[in-house]
Amino acid sequence: MTQWSGYFGLILQGALVTIELTLMGSVLALFMAFLAGMGRLSRFFVLRALATVYIEFFRGTSIFVQLFFAYFVLPFAGISLTPLQAGVLALGLNVGAYAAEVVRGAIQSIGREQYEACTALNLGRLQGMRHVILPQALLVMLPTFGNNAIELLKATAVVSLISLTDLTFQAQVVRAQTGNTMVPFTTILIIYFILALLISWGVRSLERRMARGLDGVRV
Amino acid sequence: MSASAPIIKIDGISKSFGSFKVLDGLSMQVMPREKLALIGPSGSGKTTILRILMTLERIDAGHIQVDGEQLYHMERNGQLLPADERHLARMRQKIGMVFQLFNLFPHKSVIDNVTLAPMLTKGMPRAAAEKRAMELLDMVGMADKAKAMPAQLSGGQKQRVAIARALALQPKIMLFDEVTSALDPELVEEVLNVLWRLCAETDMTMLLVTHEMGFAHDFADRVLFFDRGRIVEEGKPDEIFRHPKQERTQGFLKKIIAAGHRV
Repeated sequence: MTQWSGYFGLILQGALVTIELTLMGSVLALFMAFLAGMGRLSRFFVLRALATVYIEFFRGTSIFVQLFFAYFVLPFAGISLTPLQAGVLALGLNVGAYAAEVVRGAIQSIGREQYEACTALNLGRLQGMRHVILPQALLVMLPTFGNNAIELLKATAVVSLISLTDLTFQAQVVRAQTGNTMVPFTTILIIYFILALLISWGVRSLERRMARGLDGVRV
Repeated sequence: MSASAPIIKIDGISKSFGSFKVLDGLSMQVMPREKLALIGPSGSGKTTILRILMTLERIDAGHIQVDGEQLYHMERNGQLLPADERHLARMRQKIGMVFQLFNLFPHKSVIDNVTLAPMLTKGMPRAAAEKRAMELLDMVGMADKAKAMPAQLSGGQKQRVAIARALALQPKIMLFDEVTSALDPELVEEVLNVLWRLCAETDMTMLLVTHEMGFAHDFADRVLFFDRGRIVEEGKPDEIFRHPKQERTQGFLKKIIAAGHRV
């Protein structure tokens, strides 16, 4: 009879690492999403070009390879990252590229009449963007951001390959030590699912809170 | 500037959308405090004039002077250069606009809709902006809805808030683009009453594009009839509505009356 409680403790430690990675990756992804998404809509060609290159490159290459590049190749350029740093960097940049297109689409979905009201009230471009367009666009972005966050959560499993002790890594440790495959992997399957559900609920309640009293904005 | 100089001077402006020429060498003048009604069939260019004055559309040719200054040009060392964003922003301070579909900010309460622009563009402190906003909301009869969200208001109420929002920047010129066209008939009156109040209590210049011929007749000092990007006929309301000289004006008014509008 295997002493499971100790092994579950190990898996829960892994869950904490996964949560930490997901949160930090999401923050970076969100930052990159707004930077690149708004860059795509810039008046300046250079900004548009930089944003487009970033988005296309990180959407067009594998997260797996990006992570290995960050962890194993960057040291040759004198940049040595811890596994956690490499994981956050790869996940944030990768998911940020997808989310950037969400930001762009949401901003473009706000009707022309709102921009015209800004002009008629003499708001500057940035003022209108910050106070009128973005608050409405945010509501359009949220559901897809929820999707992106869940994608990011699931993608964290790849960091086990660079020896970061996340859920998947710990499950493999447990499997190696006990010889049992079903228990650890069923456990982490359930934990991933619960974490994804938490993200869904969180995003949905945020949506409801922000949509209160609004109409004319799709929810 | 003397009191008898026009506050708006439009000189030979043209505007095309693709191959469709909306305005064709149009010239007109508006005097300070004048109430001007622009009428005519849809596509005749009357709304485009308001949108050009609000800098929502650019002109292809011609000049516009507002309050003694070029709107789309800047004078630098005796030369006229195309206006930059800073010049436009300064000129926009003189002009306010109310839209057919209100264009309120749906995520902001009534009072926040009114205070946003004065706080951002004039650096007004919140307390002062709110005090002024409440006075304006009171004037349009919406003070009791200051905390409401736009979605909770009727069309007429939304439009009255939109008027207060435009007034908050204290423009010299107000542009009203079919402000009652999207309203249910029983709500039209409450918006028109606000315009009467503005007329009595302020000395703003007002340009109205409208299909409310009865209102245009009673309210306007002068009526311009537009067709195909040109002013076909202009004059005192009585002249235009009772004794139109041009065939096209007569035809248009006949159609409007047949459609049940009071003149």
